[in-house]
Amino acid sequence: MYAVELKGITKRFGPVLANNNVDFSLKKGEIHALLGENGAGKTTLMRILYGLYSADEGQIFVAGQEAHIESPRDAIQAGIGMVTQHFTLVPTLTVAENLVLGYPTGFNLQPRQIEKQVADAAGRFGIEVRPSALVRHLSVGERQRVEILKSLFRNARVLILDEPTAVLVPQEVDVLFETLNRLRSDGMSIVFISHKLNEVMAICDRITVLRAGSLVGTVARAETSPHGLASMMVGHETFGVSREGQQAQGKILLEVEDLSALDKKGLPALKNISLRVHSGEILGIAGVSGNGQTELGQALSGMLRPAGGRIRVGEHDLTGASPDRYTAARVGRIPEDRHGGLIGELSVAENLALESLDPFTHSGMLDRKAILGNARRLIAEYQIKASPTDRTRTLSGGNMQKVLFARALSRNPQVIIASQPTRGLDVGATDYIRTKLLEQRDHGAGVLLISEDLDEVLALSDRIAVMYEGEVVGILPAEQATRSELGLLMSGAKRGTAASGSLPGKEAASHAA
Amino acid sequence: MQLSLRVERRPAPLWFRPLAPVIAVLVTFAITAVLVIAARANPFQAYYYFLIYPLTGKVSASEVLVSATPLLFTGAAATFAFSAGYWNIGGEGQLMAGAMAGAGVGLLVGGLSPWLAIPIMILAGFAGGVLWALIPALLRVRLAVDEIVTTLLMNTVFSFFVSYILNGVWRSPTSGWPQSPEIAASAHFPPLFAGYRPHLGLALALVVLAAIWVVLNRTPLGLRMRSIGLGMEAARFAGVRVERTLLIAALISGGIAGLGGVSEVAGLQFHLVETLSNNFGYTGIIVAMLGALNPIGAAIAALFLGLIGIGAQSVSQSLGVPVYLGDVVEATMLLVTLATLVLQNYRIRRA
Ligand SMILES: Nc1ncnc2c1ncn2[C@@H]1O[C@H](COP(=O)(O)OP(=O)(O)O)[C@@H](O)[C@H]1O
Ligand SMILES: [Mg+2]
Repeated sequence: MYAVELKGITKRFGPVLANNNVDFSLKKGEIHALLGENGAGKTTLMRILYGLYSADEGQIFVAGQEAHIESPRDAIQAGIGMVTQHFTLVPTLTVAENLVLGYPTGFNLQPRQIEKQVADAAGRFGIEVRPSALVRHLSVGERQRVEILKSLFRNARVLILDEPTAVLVPQEVDVLFETLNRLRSDGMSIVFISHKLNEVMAICDRITVLRAGSLVGTVARAETSPHGLASMMVGHETFGVSREGQQAQGKILLEVEDLSALDKKGLPALKNISLRVHSGEILGIAGVSGNGQTELGQALSGMLRPAGGRIRVGEHDLTGASPDRYTAARVGRIPEDRHGGLIGELSVAENLALESLDPFTHSGMLDRKAILGNARRLIAEYQIKASPTDRTRTLSGGNMQKVLFARALSRNPQVIIASQPTRGLDVGATDYIRTKLLEQRDHGAGVLLISEDLDEVLALSDRIAVMYEGEVVGILPAEQATRSELGLLMSGAKRGTAASGSLPGKEAASHAA
Repeated sequence: MQLSLRVERRPAPLWFRPLAPVIAVLVTFAITAVLVIAARANPFQAYYYFLIYPLTGKVSASEVLVSATPLLFTGAAATFAFSAGYWNIGGEGQLMAGAMAGAGVGLLVGGLSPWLAIPIMILAGFAGGVLWALIPALLRVRLAVDEIVTTLLMNTVFSFFVSYILNGVWRSPTSGWPQSPEIAASAHFPPLFAGYRPHLGLALALVVLAAIWVVLNRTPLGLRMRSIGLGMEAARFAGVRVERTLLIAALISGGIAGLGGVSEVAGLQFHLVETLSNNFGYTGIIVAMLGALNPIGAAIAALFLGLIGIGAQSVSQSLGVPVYLGDVVEATMLLVTLATLVLQNYRIRRA
C-alpha cells in the first residue's frame, strides 16, 4: 500500500497542459524525487496533492483510501505537508508562534508553553531551531527548517519539498539532506522536487521524471545514472555547452572601481565592488540569490544610480549614465527579469527596434518596413519562434529571452552584461543562449555573466567572482574554482580573508590602492 | 466532485473585442432604463429621443457636432497623455488657460486679416495650455510628484484665476458682467456650413486627432510614449528617456486642451466667460477611456457623448424626463465600459 497515490492527474491552465494524465506513487519511508525541467509540471502536480489547485481529472489516494483534497486544510488533515518555493512564515513572529499559527487546537498563546512544545518537537525530529528566535533574524536555511518543522508539528507523515535546495548554499544543502535522511528512517515519506541531477542521485530512493506535463517514468536510483536521468528529462542528452580552453586576456573593456549602491529600501546593496572584464573573457558572478547580484546588474545597465565609485567602458565614463548611453557605448544588456526589458503589449518588431530608433527614422517618421525587415532578419538569425507583429507577451520565456539577446547583440556590443540569462528556460533555449554568450566571448567581447546557477557559471566563465552581502569576496580563475571553494565563498565563511589571496594581480592592486 | 466555479485570467478571443463597446452600450441602457421607468417614461421611446431623434433634423444634428467639438479636443488631449501613462486630469484648467490666452490675443488682432489673426490666436491658445500644464509636468519629472493630484488641483486654481480676471480687469465695461470684451471680428472662427453653428474648431479638432494618431503610431516619439505607457521600467531599460518624453507628452496634451478653449471662445462664445467649459476637461477623460486611448475611438466617443448631451435635451422636452439623465447615462457608460475592458480579460469556468 502506498502512502500517497495519484492516478491520471490532468490539469490545464488555459491552453497550457501542465499535467497530462500523470500517475505518481509514494511509498512509506522513501524519498522520492520529482524531477523535470522548469515548466515540466512538478509544482503543479504537488500543489494538486496539497489542495492548492484542483485537478481537472484524476484521483488521489492517501493510505489506500480515495481522498478529496480541496484545500491545504484537507491535505493537512490527511497528514500531508508542503514546503513551497516561497516560504509562508511571518517574519515578525517567533519560530514558535509561526508554528502554532493556524494550528487548530484552541487559543493557547502562552509563549513559554508553546516554545517548550516546539522545542520538544524539534528535538524529536532532530531539527535544529531556536523556538524563541524571530523569523526575520533567521537565514534562508533556518527558515526552511522551520517550514519543515511546521509540517511535522501538524503531524504530517508525507512531506513535499518544492525545490528546497534552490535557495541554499552547498553547506546548507548538506544539513538539509541529513535532516531528510533522519526523517526517512523515522518512516516519513518525502517528495523532493528538483531539477538537479546530482542532488537527486545523492538522496532519493526512487525518481519520477516529468517532461512537458507528461510522465516519462519512475525509476529506482540504483538502476539509473545521471546520464540516464538527463536523457529522460530532456528527451536527448545535452548540457553540452561549455567553454573550451583559456583565451589570452585582451585589453580591459569594462572597469568597475569601488562601486557602491543602495537598494530600493535605501540599504547598502553594493559595497566597494571592483571588477575588470577583458576582451575575450567571461567573468562569472556567483552567489546565493539576494547578495547584491540584482543591484550589480542594474547598476551596470544604467537602471540604478551608483552611490559611489566609477564605471568605465573603453573610453566612456558611464558612472550614473542613463541606459541609452550604455547602448551608445556598445554595452549590450540582458536584464534579470525579462519583463523588465520587454514591453509585453508592443510587438516583437517594436521591441527589437526600441533600443535605437534612429536607423528606423526617416524625416521624422518611423520606417515601418525597415522595422519589420529588421525583425524578420533577427527572428531568422536567432531562431525566435514568433512573427514580427506578434505581441511580445504571447511569446514563451525562451523566445522572449532570444528577443532580448537579438536586440542586445544585433548592435555588435563590446561589453555584455547578462543577468540570469537562462533562468527558467528549457534546455534547448539554455544551450542556445550559452552558445551565444561563448560566441560573443570568442569574437572578443567582454561578458559579465551574473548567474545563480553555479553549474552555468562554472561551465562558461574564464574567471569567477563570488558575491556575498554586496561585496566581492573572491575572484578565482576558472581552473582553480571548485564547487566546495565557491560554496565556502558563497556562504560568507571566507569573507575578506581568502579573497585577496586569490585575486589576480591587477585587481589585487586596485584593492590595495 | 461538487460543482464549483472559478475565475481565470484569460483574455477574450479577438472576435469578442469589437463587441465589447456594443455590450457596454446595451448594459448601460439596461441599467438606466430603471431610471427612465422611475420617471414614468417608456424606455424605448426615451432611447429613440435620446439617440435617433437628434440625428433626424439638420439643426439638431449640427448641434451634436457643436457640442462634440470641445470633447474632441479634450479627448485628444487625454488620449495623448494617457498613452504615455501620464495621467493628465488637468484638461479643464488647460482648456480655460487656452481660452484665456486666445481671448486675450483675440482682442489685439483686430487690425489683421483673418488669415493671420486666426492662426496667431490658435497658437496663443496652444501656448496657454502648454504653460498651465508645465508646472505639474515639471513636478512630475523632476521630483516624482504624482501628476494626478497636481493636475487636478491646478484646475481649481485656474478657475479662481479666471474668476479674478473676469471680475477685475476684464469685467465688461458696458454691461458689468464678468465676461471679457468680445474678440475682434477677424478672429472669429468661420462656420463650416453657412447658417449652422459648427465652426472651424470642429475641423481643427479632427485635424488634431488625425495628427496625434500619426504621432502615436508612426513616429519615434509616439513609439517611445506608448512604450512608457505600457511598461515604464522596460522602456527605461531599452534606453527611452522617460522623463523627457513624459514632459513632451504632458505639454502637448496641455496644448491640445488649450486649443479646445480657443475653439469655444473663437467659434461659439466670442468672449471669455466663467462658464465657458461645461466640464469639458473632465469629460475628455471619459472620451479617452471610452475610446480605449485610440484617437479614432476618441473621435467616436466624443461624437457619441455629444449626441447624448443633445439627446438628453430632446428626451426631457418630449417626455419630461429630467435632463440630468444625460449625465447619468454618461457616467454609467464610463463605468460599464471600464468594467468591460477589465472583465474581458477573465472568464468564469467550472472548477
Ligand atoms: N497558476 C498558473 N497559471 C497559469 N499557468 C501556470 C500556472 N502554474 C503553472 N502554470 C504553467 O504550467 C506549466 C507547469 O508549471 P510548473 O508546475 O510550475 O512547472 P515546474 O514546477 O515543473 O517548473 C508551466 O507551463 C507553467 O507556465
Ligand atoms: Mg516549480
